[in-house]
Amino acid sequence: MSTATTHDTHHAEHQSGLLRWVFTTNHKDIGTLYLLFSLLMFFVGGAMAMVIRAELFQPGMQVVDPMFFNQMTTMHALIMIFGAVMPAFVGLANWLIPMMIGAPDMALPRMNNWSFWILPFAFAMLLSTLLMAGGAPAGGWTMYPPLVLQTGDAFPFLIFSVHLMGISSIMGAINVVVTIVNMRAPGMTLMKMPLFVWTWLITAYLLIAVMPVLAGAVTMLLTDKFFDTSFFNAAGGGDPVMFQHIFWFFGHPEVYILILPAFGIVSQIIPTFARKPLFGYSSMVYATASIAFLSFIVWAHHMFTVGMPLTGELFFMYATMLIAVPTGVKVFNWVSTMWRGSMTFETPMLFALGFVVMFTIGGFSGLMLAIAPVDFQYHDTYFVVAHFHYVLVTGAIFAIMAAAYYWLPKWTGHMYNETLGKWHFWLSTLFVNVLFFPQHFLGLAGMPRRIPDYSVQFAEFNMISSLGGFAYGLTQLLFVYIVFQTIRGGAKATDQVWEGAKGLEWTLPSPPPYHSFETAPQIK
Amino acid sequence: MDSGIQAANRRVLGKLLWVVAGMFGFVFALVPLYDIFCQVTGLGGKTAATAAVISDVQVDEGRLVTVEFVANLNQDLPWKFHPEVVEMQVHPGKTYKTSYYAENLADHVITGHAVPSVAPGNAARHFKKTECFCFTEQRFESGEGRDMPVYFMLDPKLPADVRRVTLSYTFFDKGGA
Repeated sequence: MSTATTHDTHHAEHQSGLLRWVFTTNHKDIGTLYLLFSLLMFFVGGAMAMVIRAELFQPGMQVVDPMFFNQMTTMHALIMIFGAVMPAFVGLANWLIPMMIGAPDMALPRMNNWSFWILPFAFAMLLSTLLMAGGAPAGGWTMYPPLVLQTGDAFPFLIFSVHLMGISSIMGAINVVVTIVNMRAPGMTLMKMPLFVWTWLITAYLLIAVMPVLAGAVTMLLTDKFFDTSFFNAAGGGDPVMFQHIFWFFGHPEVYILILPAFGIVSQIIPTFARKPLFGYSSMVYATASIAFLSFIVWAHHMFTVGMPLTGELFFMYATMLIAVPTGVKVFNWVSTMWRGSMTFETPMLFALGFVVMFTIGGFSGLMLAIAPVDFQYHDTYFVVAHFHYVLVTGAIFAIMAAAYYWLPKWTGHMYNETLGKWHFWLSTLFVNVLFFPQHFLGLAGMPRRIPDYSVQFAEFNMISSLGGFAYGLTQLLFVYIVFQTIRGGAKATDQVWEGAKGLEWTLPSPPPYHSFETAPQIK
Repeated sequence: MDSGIQAANRRVLGKLLWVVAGMFGFVFALVPLYDIFCQVTGLGGKTAATAAVISDVQVDEGRLVTVEFVANLNQDLPWKFHPEVVEMQVHPGKTYKTSYYAENLADHVITGHAVPSVAPGNAARHFKKTECFCFTEQRFESGEGRDMPVYFMLDPKLPADVRRVTLSYTFFDKGGA
């Protein structure tokens, strides 16, 4: 600790003012940039969700025209996935991995700077399409041809912004792998690493493996549109279904990229507030690795209805269901960690518990969707929308919120307002269920997704869902208030912050010095 | 950071960049692999691109399969295009003839190319065509219309659970407009 503070002075040469943030190669600065960017995108994407829910408030065309509605669904997904959830996780990785493994910084600091600063350009490009003739991309975030090829001027902007997001996440992932492989403090063996570091190591490998696949697929779309190739064009001997195969070969690992770091976060938080070590540490590591492996052989469950032979449907159905086994191992380990623990329920713990319960609901609806014969009924309905919002909102986003509350005192040196934090949790939990639970019923009753109008029998549930949506959206403003209040001041946080917190990051002062662990700590 | 670690970092970076390049290449390798996979397994509903040579086939008089004919136009092609009959009852192993009628309603020459597709996918390999307008490009003068014959046979090896086969043609504009 004392080494860390004495080293703070000799790096005082960093720029001041705005340029400090442009040129910074410090993992804490870059982590902060990622997290703030993610928060901004969360509200941009959230505003689009509000437009969607406003249009669906009543049957009939009410607020926007159908073309704009389709732009909203497409952009909402792209921004939330690539702009909100992924940068939030990369930001957490930047802040926490070096502190957790006793490294002075990320392994490749200049590349780190670059991987962040590509993102604002990528999203400026993507958002600029809203102002173009023909509007933003409206063919769905999955970009299926031939529909996506009908996108107007926005098309090349869509492709190049996806390229940039891909390059950014590949660089971020490479940085994480190199840091974890080479920069661990002496004695920090792989099986002693905190679970957040483990889940991020596996996530980073997934990113390195599949982001180039997405880049290749969208490059083929680009050449099909502008250079007369026929990768997906049946007239020239191509096959549009091949795009779906390639896309979901990327897409399924991608959804685990969006959830594995969340598993890591929850595995850090629950032991702290249960005041017991994590139950089944090594089984957690192996379960994460198994989920990552299985994610490569289940992609076609997103496309059961394209006309696959029975053997294909069965294979993908059983492989998908197999994922429930390692996921179940994790859920039971979290529950066992809490068993007979001295539990307290501060805001991070509340969000982590909310995660365990509601992510599991999303997991169960995923199992229902995995059953190939019934998927023919559920495919492209609101049941799917309800499923992936349970795993992504009450899963990934709740875990990110939990992480923010858990480490915010460490980052800022101030305690957040616990009362407001609890209000944020309970309001979010109430309204997110009002928002998404009725969508299960809508889907089972046959309401298709991505449609701006609907039959009148769906009216009540849609109105309930929209009201929940507006309330959930407003509640998140409370989070912004709490975060900025904590940054500006508040009760002084101790080094350990939480009574039960274990790990290297809690041995540093709060806030930690600009450069920490320049002399590596010894792990017993 | 000491130079030993920096060199090690660069080595790992180099290896990971190779993985990235490899996966980017892998996507493009998937394109021919996908075609080969579909050809070997008969998935994807693609039929042979050239005429089948049929010899020595035992007609299966005891089995009747319904063949449906479907016609589609792509890219708002200003054509009339429909099958002569929409449905036939056929015995596997016997060669039948049917035809499609196409007419160019535009005021200029259009060359089109018909792409066949068979459903269910596992019937595609067993749908043999000895003559088909889909093997070559079709040139139509303005206002010209004609019948285009298809000679086909269902292989008796057609899986027993298949009782109905759909042959669909989609006409694409090949330019010349």
